[in-house]
Amino acid sequence: MAQVSLRRLVKEYEGGVQAVKGIDLEIADHEFVVLVGPSGCGKSTTLRMIAGLEDITGGEISIGGTVVNDIPPRDRDIAMVFQNYALYPHMTVFDNMAFGLVLRKFRKEEIQRRVMEAARILDITQLLDRKPRALSGGQRQRVAMGRAIVRDPKVFLFDEPLSNLDAKLRVQMRTEIKKVVQTVRTTTVYVTHDQVEAMTLADRVVVMNGGIIEQVGPPQELYHRPATRFVAGFIGSPAMNFIPARVEPASGALNLRLPGDILLPIPPERSDRYRSQGGREVLLGIRPEHLTETRQGRATYADLEVVPEVIEPMGMETLVHFHMEGTRDLCARLDPTIPAAPGQPLRLTADLANMHLVDPQSGKVL
Amino acid sequence: MASDATIARNAPTVAPRAAPPTTLQKMARRRSTVAFLLTLPLLGVIGGLVAWPAAYAIYLSTLNRRMTAFIGLENYAILLDNDTFRMVIWQSCFFAITAVILKALIGFWLAHMLHHIPTKGQRIWRGMLLVPWVIPPALSTLGWWWMFEPSYSSINWLLSVFSVPPVPWLGEKWWARISVIIVNVWYGAPFFMIMYLAALKSVPDQLYEAADIDGATGWQRLRYVTLPMMRNIISITVLFSLIVTFANYDIVRVLTNGGPRDLTHVFASYAFQVGVLSGNIPRGAAVSLFMFPLLAVIAYFVLRGINQRTKEIGA
Ligand SMILES: Nc1ncnc2c1ncn2[C@@H]1O[C@H](COP(=O)(O)OP(=O)(O)O)[C@@H](O)[C@H]1O
Ligand SMILES: [Mg+2]
Repeated sequence: MAQVSLRRLVKEYEGGVQAVKGIDLEIADHEFVVLVGPSGCGKSTTLRMIAGLEDITGGEISIGGTVVNDIPPRDRDIAMVFQNYALYPHMTVFDNMAFGLVLRKFRKEEIQRRVMEAARILDITQLLDRKPRALSGGQRQRVAMGRAIVRDPKVFLFDEPLSNLDAKLRVQMRTEIKKVVQTVRTTTVYVTHDQVEAMTLADRVVVMNGGIIEQVGPPQELYHRPATRFVAGFIGSPAMNFIPARVEPASGALNLRLPGDILLPIPPERSDRYRSQGGREVLLGIRPEHLTETRQGRATYADLEVVPEVIEPMGMETLVHFHMEGTRDLCARLDPTIPAAPGQPLRLTADLANMHLVDPQSGKVL
Repeated sequence: MASDATIARNAPTVAPRAAPPTTLQKMARRRSTVAFLLTLPLLGVIGGLVAWPAAYAIYLSTLNRRMTAFIGLENYAILLDNDTFRMVIWQSCFFAITAVILKALIGFWLAHMLHHIPTKGQRIWRGMLLVPWVIPPALSTLGWWWMFEPSYSSINWLLSVFSVPPVPWLGEKWWARISVIIVNVWYGAPFFMIMYLAALKSVPDQLYEAADIDGATGWQRLRYVTLPMMRNIISITVLFSLIVTFANYDIVRVLTNGGPRDLTHVFASYAFQVGVLSGNIPRGAAVSLFMFPLLAVIAYFVLRGINQRTKEIGA
């Protein structure tokens, strides 16, 4: 049993910086949870408090039902993988992996067995006699994971483990990590600033911002039902478009008035939800894939005409960048067969069944 | 420039197989001629200040007392036969080894303490602890002499406060040997401290965090992380200090002048005594040349160690 609970967890650094402002989080046994958020939002601080590397200012952390606030890292039965791997440079790969077991006075044969097993899982058996300096970044990463696996701890903690790898290797190691964690099924807390990493790895994603938790949920839920403007804009790439708009009642239906006097009808199935917002200024949030080329005969879709500024052909899709009055860069995702050129007006259709309306004051999704 | 580089690269294949070239020839060929010429001034300085005096000392040591006749290795034979000189060899080794070990231990301990003081307070402590190393040793040794000297000894006065009987610091052979070592350690420990402090700061914090999580206690972190990471700097400082301490002159000269009964002499002070004070310059030269093989062995280990470990850490 190794669930992890954070209760009203607070971290204040010397000088009064509140890095973590009272967060609550329950992580179930065997669950893979990813903390994601922009740089400086307190992810690492949270993870390091779970590890015991950072003192807790307020609140409580428990691992496997035991409050660990005052327990040193070595007695918490956790393993951690650092961004720069933190391998011991003077030890061989084997010794690096065995170190934790040696300190815990495991028998020689048992150490041998566990290290060989982990090396087999990670495919680093032929590297066991090398020193870390003779390894590539990806291999060091594997050794760092091996060091965690051999311990068979209650919880794995990862702090941006892929950030030092090049893009291609990062994607490969991401899959690798998922595979390994699925094999050993250890409760895992994983920190990253990369939302793609978060979405692909997590059972549940925790989106943090400015020391608080914005939203917790499975990847699909965060993507389709973001709770706040921050989550809506953070999850998904290219990011969601935000356009200032006003909800206008019109004879039983609702319309959205966009800058440039564009009037879009809100689909009937959404009308009830937004009825109370009649006459208010809101932000229309819509993902690039829901702004597509205009085709005939689609009822819930509304048209708008834009002038593309930059065209980015990606192969299986084409990204079109444009802007409207009072907005930043907006993006639409088109079928690559659609002819589009910078400066040539283009008709786009907004799939309003997949829109989000955001209260500009509170930042909450309505 | 380009042609120089080509020459340098081709050098090994060009080397004739039959007559092995002299070191100088090899050097001149391996590096570019320009670079060789540029090092000439330095070679001149080294030759004038090191090689020439050394050669001259070797020549001197083969002469008789009045420097009128060549007597071969007789000076060395006489010295080896002499009880006082054998004691000097023993005392030099005892002095150098004990002092260096103590300097390294105390330096390491001080460095560790400093390392754990918050950065703000660190500077002033670091500055204060470096003071012994900055004062010219002849002067500070004089200060110590005053503290040890029986009639005014402030140390003995302090001891008497705790009803400890006075200690004959410079008058009894073991106390005198200890005193010399104390002063040398006091003077030399700050150097170790500053080197080890720099080394401690260069150990990444994450290694300690990894060790914490791996289950290491404070001692185990020291044993398995700190010491291995500092192995290079420790061996270099120890060997280097061994050389300097071995050749130490001023502390013994000022503090005990070799006394009591020549029992605290080390090579350098004894060489001065024999060569200058007693006027037997060839024999004095022979005394100081005895240091050479010992120092050469140590220097060999220093250089080998640096080479090996640099490769290992891959810096
Ligand atoms: N040792 C520290 N002392 C003071 N402030 C810190 C310290 N470590 C982090 N912080 C601050 O706490 C905030 C959160 O940091 P961190 O948890 O490292 O962010 P993240 O990992 O999400 O990028 C940042 O504003 C950072 O400047
Ligand atoms: Mg971080």
